[in-house]
Order: sequence, then structure tokens, then C-alpha cells
Amino acid sequence: MEPISFQTNPSKYRHWRIEKEGQVFRVFMQVDPEHPLRDGYDLKLNSYDLGVDIELADIVRRLRFEHPEIATLVISSGHSQVFCAGANINMLGSSTHAWKVNFCKFTNETRCELEDWAAQADVRTLCAITGPCAGGGYELALACDEIWLVDDGNSAVSLPETPLLGVLPGTGGLTRLVDKRKMRRDRADVFCTVAEGFKGKRALRWGAVDAISPKSKFWDSVGERIEKLVSERSGRAGRKGISLGPIPVVIDDDERRYSSLTVTYQREQRIAELTVKVPAHASSPSSSEEIHALGDDFWPLRFARELEDAILDLRVNHPGTGLVLLRSEGNLDDLIAWDQILLDCRGDWLIDQTIELLCHVFQRLERSSCSFFALIEEGSCFGGSLLELAFTCDRIYILDKEGVEIARNPFNEGLLPMTSGITRSACRLIGEPELEESLQGDFDRKNAIAAEEAGLVTEALDEIDFEDTVRISVEERASLSPDSLTGMEANLRFTGPENLKSKIFGRLSAWQNWIFIRPNATGPNGALTLYGKPERPQFEWDRV
Amino acid sequence: MGNVDLNARIPNNVGLADDKRLLKALEHWLPLYMEWWNDMGPAGFQTKDIYLRTAISVEAGGWANFDYVQMPDYRWGIFLTPPGEDRTIGFGDHVGKPVWQEIPGEYRGNLRRIIVTQADTEPASVEQQRFLGSTAPSLYDMRNLFQVNVEEGRHLWAMVYLLFRFFGKDGRDEAEELLSRRSGDEDKPRILNAFNQPCDHWLSFFSFTHFTDRDGKFQLASLAESGFEPMARTCDFMLTEEVHHLFVGETGLDRIIRRSAELTMETDGDPKKVGGIPLDMIQRSINYWFSYSLDLFGGEISSNAANFFGEGLKGRFKEKNRYEDHVMKEGVKIVPNVRDNRIHDEEVPYRNAMNEVLRDEYIADCDRALRKWNRTLEKTGIENRLTLPSRRFKRHQGIYADNDFNLEGELISKEEMEANVTEWLLNDEDNHYLTSIMKQVVEPGKMANWIAPPARGINSQPIDFEYVRL
Repeated sequence: MEPISFQTNPSKYRHWRIEKEGQVFRVFMQVDPEHPLRDGYDLKLNSYDLGVDIELADIVRRLRFEHPEIATLVISSGHSQVFCAGANINMLGSSTHAWKVNFCKFTNETRCELEDWAAQADVRTLCAITGPCAGGGYELALACDEIWLVDDGNSAVSLPETPLLGVLPGTGGLTRLVDKRKMRRDRADVFCTVAEGFKGKRALRWGAVDAISPKSKFWDSVGERIEKLVSERSGRAGRKGISLGPIPVVIDDDERRYSSLTVTYQREQRIAELTVKVPAHASSPSSSEEIHALGDDFWPLRFARELEDAILDLRVNHPGTGLVLLRSEGNLDDLIAWDQILLDCRGDWLIDQTIELLCHVFQRLERSSCSFFALIEEGSCFGGSLLELAFTCDRIYILDKEGVEIARNPFNEGLLPMTSGITRSACRLIGEPELEESLQGDFDRKNAIAAEEAGLVTEALDEIDFEDTVRISVEERASLSPDSLTGMEANLRFTGPENLKSKIFGRLSAWQNWIFIRPNATGPNGALTLYGKPERPQFEWDRV
Repeated sequence: MGNVDLNARIPNNVGLADDKRLLKALEHWLPLYMEWWNDMGPAGFQTKDIYLRTAISVEAGGWANFDYVQMPDYRWGIFLTPPGEDRTIGFGDHVGKPVWQEIPGEYRGNLRRIIVTQADTEPASVEQQRFLGSTAPSLYDMRNLFQVNVEEGRHLWAMVYLLFRFFGKDGRDEAEELLSRRSGDEDKPRILNAFNQPCDHWLSFFSFTHFTDRDGKFQLASLAESGFEPMARTCDFMLTEEVHHLFVGETGLDRIIRRSAELTMETDGDPKKVGGIPLDMIQRSINYWFSYSLDLFGGEISSNAANFFGEGLKGRFKEKNRYEDHVMKEGVKIVPNVRDNRIHDEEVPYRNAMNEVLRDEYIADCDRALRKWNRTLEKTGIENRLTLPSRRFKRHQGIYADNDFNLEGELISKEEMEANVTEWLLNDEDNHYLTSIMKQVVEPGKMANWIAPPARGINSQPIDFEYVRL
């Protein structure tokens, strides 16, 4: 099959219409039914597939960097009859398990990024619902700060997956409903079993929406609300965004070369090598003005975008790859200097958003169903932000040799939190709080032994052991059950407390992916298999 | 209302006297219904004596009692056709099992949806027609209008009975909603769009009762096949009344067509000179109401339709008598669909095409009436003939709604549609003219100039009988 590309831009959108007026950005969902990402289904009634969501992700990303003056984002429907029918059922029914999982993960990452960006950039997001809004459509609404529903006797919000499809409601499970909106669990229980959902007053009374308004006054009421939200955020009106150009990538057989990193696939071994190249500090800008002038060519931003593209490509187009070996090439001083520019210019929206993007991309890596080993060798430059990238890995091997060093900096102390909201340092050292405490503010360079003592790496190995140990670990890893590893890694990576976001992915992985392979959903008589077909599902009644 | 003997007030064969829950629900609902009837029922005629037919029992002759009645005193009864001999589910996945007397929990949502959608149409049409009494072309027609209105009111009762009896609190909420929606209201419109269209003159009234009420005939008939027996029997009884509504529409249009042909010939082709209705205007009314009514059958390719059939809730027209295979798990129906800007035949699993199967029956019935009208035209000696537009023409719902088609069903551009729309559909100018010629005629036996008299009166009364005492 043609590999999926995650790159797009507004001139190519098929499924969304965007409008900017002053500080208000409007997004209209208007799915072109005849252009699904893969053949075999029509995207009727504003239902969506990965292709639709790739465009939405692009919209959110461009909002981050191209439209910093925005105060309010309004999401509504460009379809005359519905808001959104949710994920396309025929697409789900006809796709492989892996595809469904990746689809759900990506759509949730998009919704999480929307939420994260809105919170960080202090943008109020408002979803204005006209017409039925079901399943993943309601999940999109739930990702907004406010949900407005027209009270016309027809428009409704619903999570009909249980009664209609036999799968878990919402692309993100039910976490947003009960943990974010805090709908009472017994009411949520009723809500999720009523296929047609709630309309008007009941939706409001039970907390499924924030406001309702009759049709004749709906857009006026929403307009007044938008005006108020904008007036509270007028200070940023003068900001000028940068433009995000296409990400240049050279693809040679098994190699994917970006300006800041290279991914080499060794298909037979089921591994990939991802090597980050840090440029010399001499070429770096020294003020935020210079960074703005560089725009998307500013190395940290370029690196974040390229790394993300590489991760998405790995997930969707290279499912056979089970292990990624992460390396870095460059000078540790240069890396620390690049980090310092970011630290010095914090408070400038562009720099803040660049750091947020790094954070988002590192989290994406951590949520990938693939093993990651970081290898710290001669010529590596794992300091600060890059050291944090190494911390996302399942193991870190460092070569015990003169000159091989790592260094912490403020990037390791809360600027790049994990999905679960805590630092990777706190997560790693959950059983050694004194050690974690003692590391705070310790930005000294550390050789392999010191790094091992400080709990920053898995093992320090001398030259004699390093090569052998790494080779054997890699071969062993590549031979283990990929399903077991995915489960094992997801359990180990997120040690410590949870938050809304980690619950979304945790619950989704555990439950939705399980339900997706159960006969009651995807067996020959399963509800998902038979949806839209003349036969009706037959369930296996035993609870598992 | 506690003092009123509801059992006496509401003729019924559902054991109302002994059903405390139902009585309680009706006690609450009846005043709300009367308030709605007074607000939204026929305007200006509530205290007049009208020669109406009232159903007081389901026995032969019991459902057609004629007498003078003031509409608010009309006895809105609750009747179910007596059960037939075969009391097994007639189609779908449960075929052959005993019919349901209570609602199966798993189908509660779908049944409620079916019932509420059907119920919503009943008060809607009363609202659409509420001012027509003041422009009635004769006392005979005025009486027919009111007969249709009170029976639509009774049909609402029949559906509300199902909601009260079988759906508990949800049912009571839905019943109140039925009285709070309003035809054409921007904020609280009726559920189906044809029931939000203005019906402000008698050409629209007859077209509506012919085309739109005819959808009701096919919907009720397919619900009368249902495995949920109370609904089947309710709908079956409603059909006996629906026949008269269709008669009013079909003969009303026939009388206009006859008169228009005569006036066209008398005036050398311009019946407007004498306050008549041009035949092309009638054609536009047919196009308008036929296309809106086709929407009522639902999507051409529909998983709901497949579910309703598979679950044994909604069958085909005359399912028991006309079909041999009542399961229809296999098989396809060819449905022309648009892709890449051209029409091509698509194979749809038969069950998913159930709406289209019912629409076929409806179109065939409309065709039959059309042939009749054309015979009327032929008899007058005029050469003009009327036609039915393609089922793809000017649809607002379903797979054809996103494209434009001409009357023959060929794909055309948006521009071509816009250029022709006033030629093809009843337009503002038509409506303005039609409203201007419609003046109330109250002398018994007299007819407005734009319509021919009926062949005979109601209940063997003469045409000049005083059907309404003004």
C-alpha cells in the first residue's frame, strides 16, 4: 500500500474549511465523502477517517505557530444536516486491528494537542453544535473548552457506540466525559446506552453541554460569547505568526533523511536506527528577533517537526519495526547552548510554543508501540532536551569511556513533562526520592559512572562489554512477542500518578484495543462487522 | 380534569376504565391537548356545528357515525383493530415467533423513534391547514377539511396512547414534546420537513392530502405489519380513516384539473382571466409536493431501515400477502447513485434498501392517480397532460439531495436548476395568485369558480347539504 503522509497544508484541505476574522479562528468540518484516505468507503454525514484527522492535526499545528494572535477557536459544522457522525464505521469495520489502533491513537493525540495548545496559549475553544453530533464527533466537542448546542428538537450529542457498534464509546473512551466534564458516572452510564443521545434541555441538565440556545438565537448567542472571550484576550492582537513550510525529507530505500535526523530501517532485524544531528552553536541566533526571522528554519523547531514526522511514519508505515536505537551526533556544548537560547527567550510566544511542541513530540514517542533504546557513545551529545529524549526510551546504555558525557539542565526539571504530567526524572526515580531531590539544579557534566550512580542511565558499560551487551540486548528484544512488549512498555513507561491525558491513552489502549479484537465487535457476527449490513449482531454472552 | 369520566369521554377498546396508569397519563395530557387544539386547530370554526364522522367502536359501522359536532367536543377515541388469527411475527429475524404484546427492551429506542416520528406528523398537518377554512371553495370542502383535521388529531391520540401505555416517563415527555413543536417554527419545527412547508391555499391542501398523506398510508401500512402487536393494530385502524384523506386529496385535485381544463378552453388558454388555475401551475404543485413527500421515506441506503425490518418492527407494504420471502437476508436492490458526477447503478443489500422498496410502492400509487387525472383531461378534450417528476428531482434528503436533477431525473448543473426552478416548482408568484383567487363560498351546493363540483356528497347526502352550519 502507498505509505501514508502526515504532511499537508491549507491549500490541500478536502475536509475542513477555515476562516480567520480578527482574533477569531473558525473551523468548519465539511468532509468530502468521495475522498476517503483508502478506497472502500464513503465519508458520509461528516464521518471521518485518518485523512480527515491528519488535516485537523495540521490545523491545530498551524494555529500554534501561524496564528499566535488568535483568542478564540470556534469549531462547527459545514454540513447542512449533521455536525459529525463520528469515526467512519465502514472504515473501522474494514480495516485491520493495527490500523484501528493507530487511528484512535492519532485522533486522540490531535484532540490532546488541541487541549494542550489552548491551555498553554490561553485560547478559548468553543464547539458550536448544529445537527446530530455522535461518537468521535462528540469527542471533538469534548476536547473544546465550551460546548454549545442548538436546541432545535433535532440536534443532539451522543455516544452510541455501545448500543450500535459494540465498541467503546468515543475515540478516547469515556475519560473526557467523566474526568474532564465530570458528568456523574450513573448519568454517563445512561447517556452511553441511549443511541440517540441527549438533546437540548436534557443535554444541558445532565452536563453533556455547557449552553443551549434556540435556533433563531443560536449564532447570536455564540457570537456574543465569542466577543466576550476575545475582549478578554486583546493584548496579543499585534503578534505575527511564522509560516510552516513543508518538511523536506529524502527517502532512499530503507533510509529517511531529514535535515536534523536520519532513520535507517533494518527490516530483517526488525529494528531502526534514529540518529539526531545537532548543528554547531556558532550558527545559532542570539535573540528572539533573530529566531522569528528564521521562522520554521530555527533548529529546535525544525528538529521537533522532523522527529514527529519520523515517529508517525514509523508507526503507520513500518509496523514491522519493533525496536528503535536512538543515537545523537554533535557536541554537548552546542546542544547546551541551543537549549540556553530557548531558556533565555522564554516568554516569547514562538519560543514557548517551540518548547511545547518538543514536549508534545517526546510524548508521542513515549506513546508509540515500539521499543526504544538510547545508546550514548563517543560523539553523542545527550544533554538537556536531548537527554530528555533519551529518558523517553525504555533503556539507556552509556559507554564508559573518557569524553562520553551527559548533562542535565532546566529542560530536565519540568519544561518537558510526560503524558502523565510529571517529569521523567520523577517517574524514573519514584523509589529513590532523595536521589531525585539531590539532582535538582545539578547541571554538571557526568561521565558514565556518575550518570549510572545518579540513576540517569540503565547501565554504564566499558568498551569491552558495550558492543556485546548492546548487540545481545537488541537481538533478544527483537525476538520477544511484540504484543507482550507493547503491554509491558506501556505499563512501565508511565510509573507514578496519572492525569486525564494518561488515562485517555491508558484506558483506550487497554479497553478499546481489547474490545476491537473480541468477537462481539469484530467477529463474523460482531456488531462492528455487521453495522450497515442487513444482518444483525449475535453476541457471545459470557462476560470476560 | 379528575372529575371528568375519561372512559366515557374517550371512546376506546383498550380497557381504559381499568388502566390506572393510562388514565392518569391521559388526565394530565388531555388539557394540554385541548389547549393545543384551541391554539393551533382550525381557526375561527371551533363553535360551529360540522357534519363529522366519529369513530365510536371498531365494529362494522361503529367507526363511521355521522352527526353535527363542534370540533372541541369531537370524541377523540383510542381504537385498535381486533387481533387477527395469525399472531406471529410476519418478517425479519424473529419470523414465526409470537408477536410482542409488550415492547422488547432492546428495541425500545427504535420503536420510540418510529412512533414519535409518525406521531409528529399528525398535529403538524393540522397546524399547516389551520387557516384554510376561511377560504374554502364550498361547504362540502370545508367539512372535508375539518374531518381530516379532527382525524389527524385522533391519530395523534392513537400514537400518544402507545407512548403512554408502553414507554413510561420517556413516553410522557415525548407526548408533551409533540404538543410543543410547531409546523414551520424556526426554533421548534416539526421533525419531518414536508410538515414544515406552508400550506396556505387549497391547491396545496389537495396536493398535500394527496401526496403527503399518501406517504402516511404507506408508513402506516408497513407499521401495521409490525411484530409489536399494539402498534400494528393501532396503525391498521388509522388506515381506515386515512382512506378518506386520500380521497379528499385525489378527488380535490381531479376537480381542479377538470375545471382548469374547461376554463383553459373557454378562455383560449388563459384561465387566470376568470380566476381559474392554469394547468402548468397544477403541474408545479405536483412537482413540489411529490418531491417533498418522497423525502419522508428516508434514505435510499439505510441501516435503520435494515434494522427496523430485521428486528421485526416495520415490514413492507402488505408484507404478509404480497411477498414470499419474509426474511430477505440475501439479495440486493439496484439503486441508481451518483459518483464522479454521473449516475450509475449500485447494488444495495435488499434490507438496507427497504425505504426504497416502500418508495417504489408509493410512486406506483401516485402514478395510478396521475393516469386517472389524465383521463379526466382527455375527457374534456384538452391536449395537455400531467406528469410525475423523477424521484431524483429536487430532493432534500437521501442520496440525491446533494445534486441537482431535472424533471426527468438527469443530472444538471446548479445554474440550470436555478434557471428553471420557477418553471418547475410552485413559486411565490403562483402562491400569491392562488391565495388571491381563494374566497370562501358558503352557499350550500355552490363551488368557487376554480373547482368543479364533486360527483356526490358525503354519507349519501346531496351536494347542497349544509355540511357546516355557519
